[in-house]
Amino acid sequence: MNFPLLDNNIKNLLTKEELAKKLSSRSSNSGTFIIRAFLTLWENRKARVGIAILGIFILTAILAPVLSPYSPTSTNFSRSAAPSWAHPLGTTGQGQDALSQLIWGTRVSVFVGFAAGALATIVAVTIGLVAGFVGGVIDTILSFVVNLALVVPSLPLMIVIATYIPGRGIGVIIFVIFVTGWAWGARVLRSQTTSLRQRDFVVAAQFSGERLPRIVLREILPNMTSLIAANFFGAATAAVLAEAGLEFLGLGNPSIVSWGTMLYWAQNNSALLTGEWALVFAPGLCIALLAASLSLINFGVDALANPRLREHK
Amino acid sequence: MRYALHKIPVFLLTLWGAITLNFLLPRLMPGTPSEAALAKFAGMGPVSPSQLRAIQATLGVPHGSLISQYGQYLNDIAHGRFGISYTYFPEPVSKLIIQALPWTLALVGTVTILAFIIGTLFGVLAAWRRNKLFDTFATVSCTFSSAFPYFWTGLLFLFVFGFVLGWFPIKGGYGASMSPNMSFSFFGNAIYHSLLPAGTLLVSGMGGWLLGMRNNMIPTLGEDYVIFAEANGLPSRKIALRYAARNAILPNLTGFGMALGFVVSGSILTEVVFSYPGVGFLLYNAVINNDYPLMQALFLIITITVLVANFLVDLLYGWLDPRVRR
Repeated sequence: MNFPLLDNNIKNLLTKEELAKKLSSRSSNSGTFIIRAFLTLWENRKARVGIAILGIFILTAILAPVLSPYSPTSTNFSRSAAPSWAHPLGTTGQGQDALSQLIWGTRVSVFVGFAAGALATIVAVTIGLVAGFVGGVIDTILSFVVNLALVVPSLPLMIVIATYIPGRGIGVIIFVIFVTGWAWGARVLRSQTTSLRQRDFVVAAQFSGERLPRIVLREILPNMTSLIAANFFGAATAAVLAEAGLEFLGLGNPSIVSWGTMLYWAQNNSALLTGEWALVFAPGLCIALLAASLSLINFGVDALANPRLREHK
Repeated sequence: MRYALHKIPVFLLTLWGAITLNFLLPRLMPGTPSEAALAKFAGMGPVSPSQLRAIQATLGVPHGSLISQYGQYLNDIAHGRFGISYTYFPEPVSKLIIQALPWTLALVGTVTILAFIIGTLFGVLAAWRRNKLFDTFATVSCTFSSAFPYFWTGLLFLFVFGFVLGWFPIKGGYGASMSPNMSFSFFGNAIYHSLLPAGTLLVSGMGGWLLGMRNNMIPTLGEDYVIFAEANGLPSRKIALRYAARNAILPNLTGFGMALGFVVSGSILTEVVFSYPGVGFLLYNAVINNDYPLMQALFLIITITVLVANFLVDLLYGWLDPRVRR
């Protein structure tokens, strides 16, 4: 499976990134770099909306104990109650307050999204750098594995692995998501590394006797920042959706409170057919909003690397 | 032709990789899946020796070298021997899959082609009217709709169109009083049952094509030949479709393999929501019953189907784009 045009795009993209770097500042330490990147992101309207939504979810996750009106696991309320002032989203089939569950569930989704996204990105960066920089037989083998992992449909693979692993929980979910979710990033970062390896500044660094780790960490990696960021947000989006899907299928731990398990229980108790649509609607909407916020931020990251996509004022 | 000949070894190698992955998976996992599966069969009735061997070849046995197990496994797969199902005892796994596969192929195949055509055309329109009302509406709604979990869209459709409005049946692939046959009334009934699942997949799957096409098309619109065509006074529809879109569509096709993977994953969840009699629903039943032989075979079949579809699109790509044929 070849993506020739995509690889070309990546090569183009790099030159612009380098150019932007040269133009923008002579000395850039990491602190100002982060601030500058954030400001460019903030300028993009879509990314701004995304950052705002994500910010609200993160705050909700942190402040869950303060915000939620009841304990999410308390079963003291009447079962399957319709929405009311006391329970704005109604209660579940087990008699828990749905709003409290929704608020506490934010923690799991945000955590799984970030953790699985970060792990998948680390694996992608490592494999991409090794395959792209070392080349030769190692590159051929790694590229074959990457291409294979890209075309194997991920959800069936996650389902199969999760079924074999004994025990159910967030750890298992994060594991299967990151084990199946690194391939796309590895492919993109490999082509980026391959093209960077032949650049003058890398060759110069090699000739001046720099050691390999230093070349990789100081010369190559900084030029891939926006690609890595885009890969992280993409992987996190996929992780949020995959977690919900796996938990909905009953492959999560059904006794923890998360959006996925809320949907699992709603489906098991036939909440829709008894008219309790809020139990399905609310957690699903939150999953969609969280995933959408991450992809909206990614629009901004794309514009960061590719000025052609920036919005004209 | 030379392009096709060059692609075949790559395809075969990937196919071998997928088959080997399927062999290694149960062996890499903690515990011994084959013993767990066989223990379950013990209480159910006699299992013929050849079925027993097929299950062991798929899921692994504690004794025997890995190489000989691998040979046995390849031999069994070549003959379509996947053992028997625990959930649907004593049905052979291969029979269950053959019954379920046409449903998923028809559903996913139709939806993928429809999503590609509709999404791409809307993408052309959005790029042509960049930053106008349609573009803003399409971009924003597609960003959100592709973030919808497939099963959630399915649940909402089921609730609104099936339960509240009562327009469509809420479960199954055909009416409860019917049995699969080759009559028009059965096909009509099956299509009627498939409309809601298909709509679910279409809503979530279309956005990617639209956004991809829009983003490919915008740079194309700035190309000299497009401006030249405009200066020559060609009607704008002709410029958009015959000049710009024709060149912008190729990168959209390169993502086809991944898009197909997403739709297949989505269809598994959608089939569960609608109890649709395809491979996704079968996989779900296998998983909740720990039916390892059925699950492992389904994973293999789903993967191979995606690989084959991908290969066909690869060939199509070579036919469409003379540059990659070299």
